[in-house]
Amino acid sequence: MATEKNTPERHQRPISPFMIGPYYKPQLSSILSIAHRASGVFLSVFGSALLIYWLFALSQGAAAYQAAMLWLVSIPGMLLLAALCFAIYYHFFNGLRHLIWDTGRMMKIEQANRSAIFVLSGSFIASVLTIAIVGGWL
Amino acid sequence: MAELSLPKNSKISKGQHYPAAETAARVKTVKVYRWDPDTGENPRLDSFDIDLDNCGPMVLDAIIKIKNEIDQSLTFRRSCREGICGSCAMNINGTNTLACTMAIRDISGDIKIYPLPHMSVVKDLVPDMTHFYAQYASIKPWLRTQSPTPADKERKQSVEARKQLDGLYECILCACCSTSCPSYWWNGDRYLGPAVLLQAYRWIIDSRDEDAGTRLDELEDPFKLYRCHTIMNCTNTCPKHLNPAKAIAEIKKLLLIRRGA
Repeated sequence: MATEKNTPERHQRPISPFMIGPYYKPQLSSILSIAHRASGVFLSVFGSALLIYWLFALSQGAAAYQAAMLWLVSIPGMLLLAALCFAIYYHFFNGLRHLIWDTGRMMKIEQANRSAIFVLSGSFIASVLTIAIVGGWL
Repeated sequence: MAELSLPKNSKISKGQHYPAAETAARVKTVKVYRWDPDTGENPRLDSFDIDLDNCGPMVLDAIIKIKNEIDQSLTFRRSCREGICGSCAMNINGTNTLACTMAIRDISGDIKIYPLPHMSVVKDLVPDMTHFYAQYASIKPWLRTQSPTPADKERKQSVEARKQLDGLYECILCACCSTSCPSYWWNGDRYLGPAVLLQAYRWIIDSRDEDAGTRLDELEDPFKLYRCHTIMNCTNTCPKHLNPAKAIAEIKKLLLIRRGA
């Protein structure tokens, strides 16, 4: 550029550090926000994969279905089911939290932090109850 | 696509260490981000040990002391030193705030100071605010009217209507909130960010403004407004204790109501 003729060559400016964790302190609100997206992705990838797997096994007859169910009650299968269970409750409760926010309510930081605790403990309790009922321990 | 790490030229290297005088009793280490446009070397983190017995109470006092007594090349913006100009906004120990209203006493351990996050750095703690100000200008932040100006008096406002502006007019455009927002980091080219949206809402609900419809038209855009995902880093960080997240929610609500929802 003509106006910069006599100025020394400028170096390309860096981008200031931003990443949550090392440079920006994680907040309860930001962690739950990332978790909402992560649980959504997790549900749509693993949840739908599991559903397809289950339906496919069902369509292949009794032996295939038996094998699928056996895998589901193995340790990795149970872990996946438990994780999906927590993810769906979390995504649901946090989704309700977002709906309330969309009405302009509960948007003070103290309220948002309190509802965050509600969502986390609610999804934990609901998952434990669900697993206990399905497992026949309750 | 969201970038999760710094580009090559922005990675931070270890900087110099400036020890305090041996007579200093209460020593505090202040780590400061440095980048010199003349050398073009990668940014570095210098650490300065300062004597708190010989320093003012605020983080701004500490960096002024460093500039006065240790390294005169340290570059930062400051003006009012009382939280009303917004010049000294920076990332202090992982949260954006004003250096002049942040007490050193409230920080345990070392003080780490970076420029406002995900901004183009002009030098040291000075970010390039051009884009932020251009976005502010884009919302035409002044009273837009159709009716003729009253001949003998100002445009009047009731006490209630004026109250609507509380919690909005106090914004000093320091950009702490916008630069704390992950959506703004990744979509700041098109997303207006919390500060500018709060300002937009301030004019939309001003009883004297007569252009709310056009203002809403201009905001109804998947990027300008709807990149807000209620992460709430903005409200968490605002040094004036305002609530940009709530202001944005109110704009979204107005757009829904207008559609007849």
